[in-house]
Amino acid sequence: MSTQAIHSEQIESETGKLGMWIFLFTELFLFGGLFLVYAVFRAKYSSDFHTAAAELNTYIGTLNTVFLLVSSMTVAMSITAIQKNQKNLAVLLIAITIILAGLFMLNKYFEWSHKFEFKIYPGSEVLKNLPQGELLFFGLYYMMTGLHALHVMIGMILLTITIFKIRKGTVSQSHYLHLENSGLYWHLVDLIWIFLFPLLYLIT
Amino acid sequence: MKNEETHISSYTSHAYVLIALLILTFISVAATGWHFGAFTVTVALLIASIKVATVIINFMHVKHESLFIKAMVSGVFALFAVVIIITFIDYYLR
Repeated sequence: MSTQAIHSEQIESETGKLGMWIFLFTELFLFGGLFLVYAVFRAKYSSDFHTAAAELNTYIGTLNTVFLLVSSMTVAMSITAIQKNQKNLAVLLIAITIILAGLFMLNKYFEWSHKFEFKIYPGSEVLKNLPQGELLFFGLYYMMTGLHALHVMIGMILLTITIFKIRKGTVSQSHYLHLENSGLYWHLVDLIWIFLFPLLYLIT
Repeated sequence: MKNEETHISSYTSHAYVLIALLILTFISVAATGWHFGAFTVTVALLIASIKVATVIINFMHVKHESLFIKAMVSGVFALFAVVIIITFIDYYLR
């Protein structure tokens, strides 16, 4: 590869990553707005928030945190693997990341279904009759974890596309911006959860 | 090779970062049992912030990025914190 080609690839990688970071900042402020709404209502209805949060299962929340943290490590390791031209290992690590994301979603499914059994879902009669603060807590809980779960699913799709690209050879040791950006997106999913977990599950 | 300056993080360094993150997670779960009164939320958010910084610096590779990306990332996160804190204080002291 000529020096000029290497140089233009470096620029493409730098600008591509910069664009991804700017996108991540908009995502950060999207969730930031929700965090702020949460903080204000929690200050206003602290005892209701405490009662409602007691309904959430800390064990499931902790397990999901562990899944996301481990998946963040495996996706970071996959970049190391591609840099070392260990393609099969990179694919394996991304596949593990997707499986962990799937386990996170499965846990979420059980958690939400359990609430639905008790008729706790937005718009239900049970929820409408709860005190104002508890209604707000569950509204925010579904909105924040729902929006986060949507991001988990998008992340799973991006990582699956990356696997195909590695197999096809369009993502390789010399050209792995797609993997880096998918990884950055995946880490953002993890970052949001790191804040959601104590705010929703660890209220005392 | 992509370029000679590209830093390749080792697998073991990623594993150490994960161990640190897991320890912090269990501390924050255990900390809900200790009663700090009004500071319980502060402690939980402080631990969360340390975890977030650890992920950004190590897993998101900011440690080895250009000065421009380092400055931009830290600047935007600082702005984010300021926006949240000031808006909340504005509400709280009304």
